[in-house]
Parts: sequence; C-alpha cells; structure tokens
Amino acid sequence: MSDMNLTLKVWRQKNNNDSGRFESYQVAANEHMSFLEMLDVLNQTLIEKKEEPVAFEHDCREGICGACSMVINGRPHGPQGGTTTCQLHMRHFKSGDTITIEPWRAKAFPVIKDLVVDRSSFDRIIQAGGYISVNTGQAQDGNAIPIEKDLALQAFDAATCIGCGACVAACPNASAMLFTSAKVSHLGLLPQGEVEHSKRVQSMVKQMDEEGFGMCSNTGACEVECPKEISITNIARMNRTYMGSVFGSDKTV
Amino acid sequence: MKLNSNIPDGPLDTKWTNYRSKMNLVAPNNKRRIDIIVVGTGLAGASAAATLGELGYNVKAFTFHDSPRRAHSIAAQGGINAAKNYQNDGDSVYRLFYDTIKGGDYRSREANVHRLAEASRNIIDQCVAQGVPFAREYGGLLANRSFGGVQVSRTFYARGQTGQQLLLGAYQALSRQISVGNVEMYNRHEMLDLVKVDGKARGIIARNLLTGKLERFAAHCVVLATGGYGNVFYLSTNAMGSNVTAAWRAVRRGALMANPCFTQIHPTCIPVSGEYQSKLTLMSESLRNDGRVWVPKKKEDVMAIREGRKTGNDIPEGDRDYYLERRYPAFGNLVPRDVASRAAKVACDEGHGVNQTGLAVFLDFADAIQRYGKSEAISKGMSNADKATITKLGTAVVEAKYGNLFEMYEKITGENPYVLPMKIYPAVHYTMGGVWVDYNLETNVPGLFCLGEANFSDHGSNRLGASALMQGLADGYFVIPYTIGQFLSKEIRTPKISNETPEFIAAEKETQERLNKLLNIKGDKSVEEFHRRLGKIMWEYCGMARNAEGLKKGRQLIRELRKEFWSDVFVPGSTDEFNPELEKAARVADFMELGEVMIVDALTREESCGGHFREEYTQDGEAMRRDDEFTFVSAWEWDENEPILHKEELIFENVELKTRSYK
Repeated sequence: MSDMNLTLKVWRQKNNNDSGRFESYQVAANEHMSFLEMLDVLNQTLIEKKEEPVAFEHDCREGICGACSMVINGRPHGPQGGTTTCQLHMRHFKSGDTITIEPWRAKAFPVIKDLVVDRSSFDRIIQAGGYISVNTGQAQDGNAIPIEKDLALQAFDAATCIGCGACVAACPNASAMLFTSAKVSHLGLLPQGEVEHSKRVQSMVKQMDEEGFGMCSNTGACEVECPKEISITNIARMNRTYMGSVFGSDKTV
Repeated sequence: MKLNSNIPDGPLDTKWTNYRSKMNLVAPNNKRRIDIIVVGTGLAGASAAATLGELGYNVKAFTFHDSPRRAHSIAAQGGINAAKNYQNDGDSVYRLFYDTIKGGDYRSREANVHRLAEASRNIIDQCVAQGVPFAREYGGLLANRSFGGVQVSRTFYARGQTGQQLLLGAYQALSRQISVGNVEMYNRHEMLDLVKVDGKARGIIARNLLTGKLERFAAHCVVLATGGYGNVFYLSTNAMGSNVTAAWRAVRRGALMANPCFTQIHPTCIPVSGEYQSKLTLMSESLRNDGRVWVPKKKEDVMAIREGRKTGNDIPEGDRDYYLERRYPAFGNLVPRDVASRAAKVACDEGHGVNQTGLAVFLDFADAIQRYGKSEAISKGMSNADKATITKLGTAVVEAKYGNLFEMYEKITGENPYVLPMKIYPAVHYTMGGVWVDYNLETNVPGLFCLGEANFSDHGSNRLGASALMQGLADGYFVIPYTIGQFLSKEIRTPKISNETPEFIAAEKETQERLNKLLNIKGDKSVEEFHRRLGKIMWEYCGMARNAEGLKKGRQLIRELRKEFWSDVFVPGSTDEFNPELEKAARVADFMELGEVMIVDALTREESCGGHFREEYTQDGEAMRRDDEFTFVSAWEWDENEPILHKEELIFENVELKTRSYK
C-alpha cells in the first residue's frame, strides 16, 4: 500500500449568494481509497482543525444512487470512463498530483454549498411525463405481453440512468438531452409505454426547456462522461419522436 | 402492555382475502379531506405514497435526499421473489410462505408472511405494467433465477440492478402523483420527531436540510418507511445516509422496537481493506448461483496466497475445500445467508482466510465459465472448440448475467474476477428487527404505521435473498392502502389537524434544543470517530457470534461512549444552515441508544436463531433454537436506564417447527 501526497484545489462556496473560490489543501492518501474516502480524510483533518469540512453529495458509494457529483480535473466523475466519483479509486492518481475539484456547473443546477448543487429540475422533468400512467391494481399478468429480449435489453440500457447530471455538467450547452432521452427511450421502447410515447416526449422536452437547460449540438461529451455509458442514440430516438409528434400529429401539449 | 397482533381469524390461505372483503373503507369524498404523512421514499415509502395518492388521499412525502429516487432501495442488486411458478418447478404461494418462515428460523408471524407471498404475484404484474425492464427469455417471457435457501427458481431480476429498476418504477408512479397534486413532495427534509396528540400520531417535526429550519407538519396519521439500521455497525453495505433516526424518534415517543438484535450479515461482500474505509460493498447473492465458495485446505497455500506468491488459480482442485458443498450437500453454495456467513467465519477463524487480513474466502467462477462456454459452443455447432474459445464464450455468458457486479468488483479491488477468483467476506447488510407493528402494519401508537425494512414483521431472524424488495413493495402497494383504512375510517369526522397546538410547539422546541446542545458541546472529537468506535463495539460484541460475557462488556462500552460523545463531540457550523455534520451527529446519537437496546435484546434471547448466533447455544456446530422458551417477539420499550421487554407470542398453526437443515 503506497502512500500518496496530493494537492487538492477545491471549490468552496458558502451558499448560492456567495461567489465562491478555489482553496488549496494538502492531503495524504493511499491507492486503495476511493476518491470520496480521500475527501473523508481531508474533512477529518479540517474538522480536527475546527474548520468547515467540504460539503459534497454522496450516499450509496456503490455507483448507483447518483448522488455524487463533482468535476475532477475538468471531467465529471473524473478520469475513469463509465465510473461514478464514488467508484473512482486513488490508484488512478499518483503521488504529487494536483487535483481540481468543482461542482457541476449549469444554470439549471444552482450551487447550494461547495460541491453540492440543486438537481430538482431533473425530478420535474420526470414529473412532466416520465412514467407510465397505471394505477396500482390495474395490471394484467406479467407475462401477458411477451417482449423481445433485445428490445427489453435496449430499454434496460436506457433505464440504467442514475440521474446524476454528469451529462449536463459535461455539455458545453448544459443540455439535459441525454437524461431526458434515456427516460423517453426506456419507456417508449416497451409496449407498455408506447401508448403515451408522443405526449410524453413533448411534455418532458417542454419541461426541460423551461428549466433552463441548453440545446443539444451533438458534441457527444455527455455520452463520453456518462458513468452508466448511456448511448447518444437515445437522443436521436427522442428527436425523431419529437419531430414526428409535433409536426406530424395534432397532439400537442 | 398487552400486544395485540390483530391477526384475523380463519384459515391461513383465506385470511387476507376475507379480511379485505370486510374491512372498513373510507369513501372517496372523505379521502380528499384526509392528510397522510409518509416518511421515506424507498420501495416501501414511494409505493405507499403513490398508491395512497392514487386512492385520493392528501399525501405529504418526505425524504432527506435531494430526490426520492436516491433512497437506498436503489442499490439492491439481485432480484425480487414472486410465487408465479412461471418455471413450472413446483412453486406456489404456500411454498414461498413456507420457505420464508423456515428461512426466518420460525421467528416471524405466519399470517403476515402468507399475505406477503400472496401479494408477491401482484407485484411483478404491477412492476411490468410500470415499465420495469425485467430480464427476459428469447421467447419474450420473464426470466427467473435461484436465490439462497430455496429449491425453486422464483427470483425476477433486472441484471444486477433490480432494486434500481423497481425503485425507478415506484419513483415514476410517485412523480405522476406529484404532478397531479395528490402528493406534496418534501425533498431534503429529515424527520426529527414524531408528534402525538391525545395519544395518536398526528404529525412530525422535520428539519429543512437546506435552511436548517425546523418545520411542523400535521396529518391524520403518519407512515414511516425509513429503512433499516445496519449503519449502527458503521461499516455495512447500507448507504452512508441510511439511519435509524425517524424510527428511533418514534420509539422515544412510545413505539416499540421489535427483535432489534436480528441483523443480517451478508456472506458475499468485498472484504475490508483498511482503517479509512467508509462502507462495504455487496456482491449480490445471485452470484452464488454460479460461483463456488472455497478456501485452500493447506495452510502453506494460504500463506503463499496472503504473501502474493500464489493466486487462487495455482491451487490444484484436490487442495481446495469447497466447504459449503461439503457441509451442506443439499443446498450447496445456495444455503441461506446466515449459514453461509457463519461458515465463512469458521473457515477464517481456522486460519484459511485468503487475504492479508485473513478475513476473506474465494468465490470462484471458473467452473461456471467452462460450463456455460461448453453449452454455448454446442449451441453454435462447434463440437471441437478449444479451451480458449470455450473460456471466451463462457466469459461472455457470465458477463451478460453479472457484468455490472464484476465491473464494480474490479473497480474497487483492482483485480479481474473473470480471471482470478473473487475474494469475499460477510458484512452487515440488513436488519430484520424494526418497529413493532400489528397485522395492519400499525404500531402500538395509534395512527403510526411502519413499512418495509423499518418494521420487523416478515423475515423472522433471517431474511432470504430477494425478499426485501418483495416486502417493501408488498407493504407499500398492496397492504397499507387497505389496512390504513381500518384506522382512518374512524377519523372521517376529525377536522384538519393543526400544527399550531401545544404538542407541536413543544416537540419543535425540544428538537431545537437537542440540536443546539449538539453544537454547543464544542469538544475535540469528530462525529465520524464516535460512529467508527460504536461500530467496532457492535461488530465485536454483537456481530456474527455473540456471548453473554461479551454482550455485557459491549453494553458497558457503549454507555461510556455515549457519555463521552455528549461531552466531547465537535460539530462545526450552525443549526440554521446546510450542515451535513450536524445531521450526522444527531443520527449517531440515536444509533448509540439503539445499539444498547440491540445488545440487551441479544443478551436476553438465550438461543441461536437465524442471524442471532449465541455461542452458548449450539448443537453439533449448528445454531440451537429453543422453541419452548423463545417462540416470541421481543418488543422493547425505551427507558433510559433499563429498556422494558414486552412479549408477543408467536403461534404456529400451519407450520411445524423443525430444526432448520440445509444438509
């Protein structure tokens, strides 16, 4: 187990009214630690000095809850592809490195404190139509509709989105197209969700625009940084449905 | 206090149906005037809030997370059980009921478990309708796999992310109810107290975690679905934020804590690697379908592996001890969790542990890769495939089944589990104990309900794999929407509850004072340090194996730690701001009180059952239950000096109590 000495440049911002600044810290780590455990060490030393620890979001530390959200050396969730910050381990860094840590930066994700941002806009996009309208008790037998295995897998791949917001943080336009299209694809690909598909697309896109997310300009950074490797083809699929439903039908929301 | 389980009369298999048919209802016009608070938005909470909203009640839902979708149900990996018998392998409602009762080592209620097994079938239908992308066969129908402690294949799954997909289904149903105004969602609000008015639960005090302000919320009744308390051990597979505070505050207001010592130590987790470690990661039990558990027979091989001179692959077949297959030939690697965990502990205690700490065993997929590879080769018409081709084909099959788990393992350990056998060790995972509830899921405090992992009702002293998701969703979708009417039908004349009454004002004041007290200690030790020390005490004295002497010592140590905490903890910042350290401090304070009750419970239960293993009570190396004296639920009333025990006798009318054997 080798010891590492690191310099961290961490974004500190008391609250949304504060303008915020980078502050530098020295921290001793080892290669088996996760990135968040390295930050735990930093916070312990700050608390011991009676200083305010760095606020950051985290919960499951298994890469599935989507809480952790930080830009590490300019990349959402850091240098390792297909990995959330909590699953990133220090063996991907070396002693002597300087690591810059910032919050997601997007108008629709205002900073709450330090590295913590408000992602409730994502919830509102789902509330706009990211569901299948079925009440408890209305379901038929689970095997009543056979679904082609590949189709179910495609829907599953889109459904693995953890709602972390890395796609928005990575996008030069702070667009939420990958997030929104992943939900649209998940539900739209399945026969159960097809009924509401076009209405769903329109409602969710409308909400996405209202929240202040930018447009998609096909940069592709979202797909590269997505810790769940959600494919950009979902965006194409959403665009096709959106066009078709806005221009090709009288159903508009 | 006389505990009444309110189990309806009649034969087991028609109890629930008959009860439902005769239950009191609340008319739609009255539902609109009734307020319900639901705390927690995991599988149980989200499904309950959504369904109650659909029924027309006014629901206020609370989560301390930034979004309901982050609840820890999201991390459940392996699957969800349902008695569908789609595989035609002899499954039935009765068999799922029986397996669960037996798996729980005969310490759960027959009536509750049977209802759970009945509801399991509806859950799958409901989830499919919501768009949960379960795994499917080529014919387009739902796929199943096996889990520990059963001999049928009844587990539905979505790769290794079943909890995520089920939670997103419930979250989406909840989002729909939020969008139509039936549910008011309070994110980043943590319940810090329960408010009772005239003996009934009528509201909560919650802290707005962004502003730090305490807020008073009133309703006709309160539903807790706040998860388990495994983090009392500090290191567990629970999320960092999982805590007992909401449930514990209810206990402090008179609810009872049932069987708190029943904790589940999951056999397949990634071993601890160092002091800095913040949490442990589960490797799904589904892996035991294909992985074989073993340790080297020879000590020199063990040493060579620990020192890095050999790997698991270098040990010849004859020098391996597949100890689960050897000790339990009938169930092999798929014995229940408590049995598998203790067997791993025995192997490591005897000096066969395979990592530097000596606390790890192998979980090996080499055989499965060959088996699947051969079958794939045959199905592709390659009759003379070489070993490399077979390995490649087999690896692809294993990847399709468990890809995300293998990837997670590699990210954490830096080792490739397709090539080297995984190293695993048991870790705290789930708590069967919880708030005492009756058949209606109502606690002994009228109007206070408790669902999911937070209650105690269905898993006895050991939960079977893939049953937590089943219970959470059964409670939320198919039980509480009916049973809550038993209470609310008597409340239709109760006007809107005010949050301005002296009870609310007093509870808010008490909560504020408690938070102030934490901040004003201004000691020298961090909250984290106390939590870590608490965890060590619990693991050492109330972990996988317990004895009277150790438990007594553990209790003493916790009392001392509590005293030290309240005089030397340092909490930075103030109460009127976003302050994660303060949140943690209040939770750790509650964990310390709970920890003591767990120890008292373990001490008084002088038998070994399920996850509760008392070294004094064994027979031929296996756990020894004492049915004549301990066939009851221990429900504890909080008391600062000495918790008070209330007993609920468990009556078995349908199942004969037997020594659990997986041999």
